[in-house]
Amino acid sequence: MATEALVELENVFFARGPHPVLDGVNMRIPRGAIVALMGASGGGKTTMLNLMAGTLRPQSGQIRVAGQDLKTLSEEAIYSLRRQMGMLFQHSALFTDLSAFENVAFPLRRHFRLPEGILRKLVMMKLEAVGLRGAAGLLPAELSGGMGRRVALARAVVMDPMLIFYDEPFTGLDPISVGIIASLIKRLNAALGATSVLVSHDVEETLSIADHGFILAGGKIIAEGSPDALRSSDSALARQFLGGQPDGPVPFHYPTQQDYAAALRDSRSSGERF
Amino acid sequence: MAFFDFIPQTGRRTLLTIPNLGAASRFLLSSLWNIFNRHFSMQQLFRQIYGFGVRSLILMVVAAFFTGMVLGFQGYYALVRFGATSALGTLVALSLLRELGPVLTALLFAGRAGSALTAEISSMKATEQLSAMEMMAVNPLAWVVAPRLWAGIIAVPILCAIFDLVGIFGGYLISVPVLGVDGGTFWAQMQSNVTFSGDILTGLLKALCFGVVVTWIAAWKGYTARPTAEGVGNATTLSVVTASLTVLGLDFILTALLFS
Amino acid sequence: METRAIDWWVGIFVLLGIAALIILALRVGNLSGFAYDDGYVLHANFNNVGSLKSRSPVKIGGVTIGEVTHIGMNPKTYMARVTMRIKPDIKLPIDTGASIYTQGLLGEQYIAIQPGGMPQNLKPGATITMTQGAVNIDQMIGQMVFSKAEGSSKSSGNQ
Repeated sequence: MATEALVELENVFFARGPHPVLDGVNMRIPRGAIVALMGASGGGKTTMLNLMAGTLRPQSGQIRVAGQDLKTLSEEAIYSLRRQMGMLFQHSALFTDLSAFENVAFPLRRHFRLPEGILRKLVMMKLEAVGLRGAAGLLPAELSGGMGRRVALARAVVMDPMLIFYDEPFTGLDPISVGIIASLIKRLNAALGATSVLVSHDVEETLSIADHGFILAGGKIIAEGSPDALRSSDSALARQFLGGQPDGPVPFHYPTQQDYAAALRDSRSSGERF
Repeated sequence: MAFFDFIPQTGRRTLLTIPNLGAASRFLLSSLWNIFNRHFSMQQLFRQIYGFGVRSLILMVVAAFFTGMVLGFQGYYALVRFGATSALGTLVALSLLRELGPVLTALLFAGRAGSALTAEISSMKATEQLSAMEMMAVNPLAWVVAPRLWAGIIAVPILCAIFDLVGIFGGYLISVPVLGVDGGTFWAQMQSNVTFSGDILTGLLKALCFGVVVTWIAAWKGYTARPTAEGVGNATTLSVVTASLTVLGLDFILTALLFS
Repeated sequence: METRAIDWWVGIFVLLGIAALIILALRVGNLSGFAYDDGYVLHANFNNVGSLKSRSPVKIGGVTIGEVTHIGMNPKTYMARVTMRIKPDIKLPIDTGASIYTQGLLGEQYIAIQPGGMPQNLKPGATITMTQGAVNIDQMIGQMVFSKAEGSSKSSGNQ
């Protein structure tokens, strides 16, 4: 990690109500890399993306994007920083009343006054890159899940961002679409000279394209390194996660005070309803 | 026991309501303020006025016409016992201008446009469209919420003026040609007892307040809905119920303030 | 929906609203009373104006020729002072009288003008001196009941 860091998190603490989601996270995302952020569901991965995008603010700690401390930026400045970010949402989040073309054109129309001809070229270029130039006129409802996600990907990169976030890009897709999306992420990152942050619990697919991985558990980064280093990690937690073992340091049972046998006895005597 | 639970529950709800009200007010003000945001679009505003106003027009006209006719009938049978049918025009006009016009317009608007607004915003939230917008550096308050709020605020008084006029016309049609009240007396009495600023404009001012409240509640319920299918449904129902009750309650307060 | 078509519809909608407001103002409210703005002002002192209001009509033989613009009180004479505007083409002789009548039993009150016969006309700003105030219905009913009672007691006395 000798290269310059585009995103840095320093001792970030974030809580929803009384439950801490992130408990002192330190992280450096090098410029130009594809970084994978893995962890159990509900472990705060999406929260971290939101923190980096400035849609959420941490209770304490520092987040620097491109050298700027997000805490010191005004709402205005964060909005203008976001024009250099793109995000692919888990459910595509396409505007349902606009065609695929208009969806991709949306950020351009909002931020620039481009002549229709140039706008058309820019949008078609991105749609071509995801292989959906032919679907430009279709509405989101007429697209399959995989196609919808590719249109959303075209929209996320249409402003040529320096930083692209992917929130669970592989979830709910067939194997062919997963392969397409994975290769697109790798190609786009190289073509745009961007930095990508990939949030996923799809271990194999993610590690196959990532340069660097982080494993998040219990609100902390428990392991990091190159995919090979992670695979040979000796941390029990990392091994459990990467190996997909049902029980281990992350317990199978949700914590309870009561003994199972005692619970059975009690429910019989008190007639507790479930 | 259930009765005694009622008291702390009311207290807890009140304590939850106050910060909610504060957040909702901040939401309203910053959305309205976003008319100055560079992402506020006149085209979107017109689109929403079209959706809220033009497409509610037929509903309003039909409702107003029947309301006016019923007022004419009922007023006539009440007044004829005292030989005071000459006051029928005044009765129809004042009832519509001061109360029925603004209130019925607002209630119909809450059902017709408010519910659609809540459903739209909440499902945009549930499908992450609002978050996506934010990530594309477009403030959803400016692009989605502000045009809708302003459209409601503009459309409701206009709908109310049309409601008043059509209602009075409906009342006239029943009173004069059907029930045989003298047409000259009908209008003359109405004109000498209705004042432009005191009755017509205050009625429209009421409608303006209702327009703010109904669209505010609808947008807020949509914006804070739980992002699930069930959440969208709940928010839509709650939006209509809350907006209707608020309109009726607010009507009482406004009447006491404006017409006393 | 075509953007152009939406603009048209919204334009029509707003115009409809404005038209409704204007019709309401002129036809339902009495903003049409502004027609007397070019009229001239007359005053009249009454001992009792009853429920006469600003904007009550001023009529001759049932035809409206003006309206009441202000009702005040003369602090010296304790008489009500009514200011009205009369259409400019109606010239009234100086011996004109004014009374306050009621339209029907429950109707509103208006000023009825009885034109006189003198050759000189009232100048703008002049005061009509021959006036008859509003009839107090309560008082009238009271008097009627009283005289009835008196009459019946007399007739019973004669028996």
